[in-house]
Parts: sequence; structure tokens; C-alpha cells
Amino acid sequence: MTPLLQVRDVSKLYGGRIGCGDVSFDLYPGEVMGIVGESGSGKSTLLNCLAGHLVPDSGQVIFDTRADGPVDTVTMSEPARRMLGRTDWAFVHQHAREGLRMGVSAGGNIGERLMAVGGRHYGNIRASAQDWLGRVEIDADRIDDRPSHFSGGMQQRLQIARNLVTGPRLVFMDEPTGGLDVSVQARLLDLLRGLVREMGLSALIVTHDLAVVRLLADRLMVMKDGHVVESGLTDQVLDDPQHAYTQLLVSSVLQV
Amino acid sequence: MSLMDDYNFAYLDEQTKRMIRRAILKGLAVPGYQVPFASREMPMPYGWGTGGVQVSAATLTPDDTLKVIDQGADDTTNAVSIRKFFERTAGVATTEETTEASIIQTRHRIPEVDLTEDQVLVYQVPIPEPLRFLEPRETETRKMHSLEEYGLMHVKLYEDISRHGNISTAFAYPVMVNDRYVMDPSPIPKFDNPKMEMAAIQLFGAGREQRIYAVPPWTKVVSLDFEDYPFEASKADHSCELCGSDSSYLDEVILDDAGNRMFVCSDTDYCRSRREAGHQGRLAGETV
Repeated sequence: MTPLLQVRDVSKLYGGRIGCGDVSFDLYPGEVMGIVGESGSGKSTLLNCLAGHLVPDSGQVIFDTRADGPVDTVTMSEPARRMLGRTDWAFVHQHAREGLRMGVSAGGNIGERLMAVGGRHYGNIRASAQDWLGRVEIDADRIDDRPSHFSGGMQQRLQIARNLVTGPRLVFMDEPTGGLDVSVQARLLDLLRGLVREMGLSALIVTHDLAVVRLLADRLMVMKDGHVVESGLTDQVLDDPQHAYTQLLVSSVLQV
Repeated sequence: MSLMDDYNFAYLDEQTKRMIRRAILKGLAVPGYQVPFASREMPMPYGWGTGGVQVSAATLTPDDTLKVIDQGADDTTNAVSIRKFFERTAGVATTEETTEASIIQTRHRIPEVDLTEDQVLVYQVPIPEPLRFLEPRETETRKMHSLEEYGLMHVKLYEDISRHGNISTAFAYPVMVNDRYVMDPSPIPKFDNPKMEMAAIQLFGAGREQRIYAVPPWTKVVSLDFEDYPFEASKADHSCELCGSDSSYLDEVILDDAGNRMFVCSDTDYCRSRREAGHQGRLAGETV
């Protein structure tokens, strides 16, 4: 089986400081990988390098494209990379307003990716917007409301719908549950878990919340100071941490 | 002493005109592409057609005949002052007759009469970037143009339909030029959009935004739309009440505060020539 994403020695330096250093891993179709670590450990830098938002200083990010098989996305042409960014890839931002157009209705937000890949039939675009609102549990009669009139949890769900409407194969998520209260978080996680399983998505989830990866991720990478210090199956890493930092991280979780 | 002795021909100095001509040629070579140019201060405020005036100045020769229209009319403030400006600084002949003119500077309209190969139509453009109100970052919109990422333009049309039931954008209706660049046709009514595939050269000048773009003769210009909501060149459903034309674009004029109104051609030259040819509308000859 060809990995969907092969990451080889990806490094990103900010001047003399290491953003992330020599990260390598494979992600297989249908697999969900969690990346955890404290603030400043380089997990968002890594995610942005993989998603094409930042250019890594060295290394390869090989994505198994539908048309041409495995291609290094770092060296591929910018139009091709941006095309991937709105078809096969999805990026869920921590803050919904970074990923949404706040001045455009919910339906327009969901339809944007469809129109960007050539959808030119209003009725069909609206129908899929309606369908997706239902799938992320937003009332269909909110389709013409702007996201600025939505609650934080709804905005985040709308962002997910907007990203998944073109049927991507790989989803990058940067702290998808950050800033949401616990009950909303739980619903969102439940929704995400359902969508990931149902659509057979592969996902990379960056978070500092171990509960999120426990629920969603098959595998886990622990980052510290820009380097991966431990990786393995989620349950294995969380239940039997080997590295001193992972042990600290696991033991720091508040038990209620 | 005449002003002609104080100013270089057509106000701008020769180097500036060369710079503008280079931008115009580049614009003609890449139809619909916004060419940056070093826009000059003109003796009129931004928004009064500083871009169009600079393009006209660079295009004019002493043998040209100039016509200036504002919303279709030859006798409105903007048209009168720009016409007077070139009469004084270039000494060129001016006319109000569309067929007589070799260069027509326009704001918000395309003349009703079909233009010919010998004519140049210069548009005044307030905001050249069709994506501006959807994506405020200029760096991003330039990238979207260069990579042909125009999905966002349809988001605007989608929003129109979802809010109003049809594409309510009535002016500055976005067009695709030569299957490549999405272009703002300046705030002409969408009624005029189909006329843009014409024999004359069309030049667009945006002074404050420092952009020039162009559509060469008979270039393919397609108004964007949806398959199930096709583009429609709409106008008021009346005929002109002075000349009786039912195919020209109409202005609505409020006559009193009792709800009376009349519809007249926005192209004053077209309306006058039709009346001179004997056509009459409902209110022709009446004092209103």
C-alpha cells in the first residue's frame, strides 16, 4: 500500500532557531495522526510546512496525487499545489474566522470550493451546501446567514463543512477544538470522528489536548523543541510513555 | 496668449505619454490584464476621471476628434469639464456626435451606435480590481489573477442569487476576457456588456489605482454567470419617451412628487439624432 503522505527530513529554521527539525513519517490512507507537544514545540510550523503554507528549508513532502501518483509537493508548481489545497487537501484553522469568509453567507462559504473547481450550477451548489449544513448539524434555514451571526462552535462546524465539501483525502487540523467549551468540544469531536470514519479521510491533527488525540488519532507523535521525541500507537504512547517529556505531558493532565 | 503655448500638447509631457503608451500597448498585448503605470497628478480630483484623462492624453493626436460622455450624456459636469480641458490643452476638435469622434472618453456607458475600427473608447475606471471587495489583499488578488483562480467571483454572484433570487449586480458586472482574465468593465450597466465585443479599441484607465487595461477589437468578452441563472442584459421595460427607441438604455427621470416619471435614452447623442430623423416618443414636443 502506498502511503498517502510521506514526510522525509522536513526542517524549517527561523533564522538560527529551529522551527521543526528532521521530521519524517508516513501517513497511510484512512489513518489519523495526532501531533502533540507544548506551545512552541514546532507542531504548527510542521503542519504549515506540510500543507504548503510555509516552505520548508529542506526535506520532502510526498503526496500520492490522484493523477500522477506520489509527487513532492515542496518542489511542485505553485498552481498545482494551490489546486491540491482546494481539492484533495483541507485545512481547518484553530480560529474559524481565519478559515471562513465572514462577509459571505454560510451557503457561499461552503460553495466557494465547489465554484473554485468549476462548479457553475447554482442549484447544485446550493443543494450540496444544504446537504453539508445538515451533516455538520447546522439548521438548513441558516444557509443565508453570515458566519458572524454564528456561535463559535457553529463557526467551527461550518469551517469543517466548507473544507470537506470537495471530498478531500487529507485534512490538516490545527487545534480544531481550541477555544470551545467542553460540551461543544465533545460534540465537535464526535462529529469529526464520524466524518473521518465515514469518508475514509486521512488526517493530521495538531493539538495540545491529549483527550482529542485519544479520541481521534490512531497514531501519535510527540514533539519537543522542534524534534519528534516519541511516536507510536496512540494508546501505547499515552499509556506507556517512554520519553521523559511524554511522561511529563501525560502526568500533567488534570484528572477530574 | 493661448494656453496651447503654456502646456505641452494634451497637458502631459512627452516622457509621461510614452510611459502611458507603453502600458497601453502591454495592456493590448495581454487583454484584460491590469498593467501598473505611474499615474500622475492631474488638475482634477481623483474620481473625476484622472485615469481616463491620462489615457486620452497619451492617445490623442492633433488630428483627432474627441467626444466625452458621462453616463451617456455630453452635457453633464464631468463631460463638459474634461472636453473643455482638452480643448484648451490640446486644441483638438471636439464633437458630440458619436460617429464623428475618433476618440471617445466615457464614464459609465458605451454609446448606443456601433463603434468602428477607426475609433478608440477610453473608460474612466474607479476600481479596476473586480475581486477587491471579496479579497482585500492586493498581493492575494494578483496571485489569483496570475493563477486564474476565479472561484471567488462566482461566490459574489452566488450571494446575489441567494439574497435577491437573481443576479442583482446591475453595473460593473464582471467579465472574462479572452478566456483568461476576469475584468471589471468599469461601472457600465450590464446592458452594455454584450457590446464589448466590438470593432473599436477599448482602453481602461484607473488614475488613483494606477492601472491601465485594454480590450483589443473583437476580443472574446464573456459575462460570468451560472448555468441555471444565465447572464441577462437588462434595461428598464419601457421605450424612450422623447425618441421612442425601445432598444436603448434608459434613464428614469422623476417629474414631480405625485409619482410621475419619464424614461429617456441615457445616450443623449443617440436620442437627439433619432429625433432629428423624425422619431417621436410619447412626450415628444411637450414641455415637462
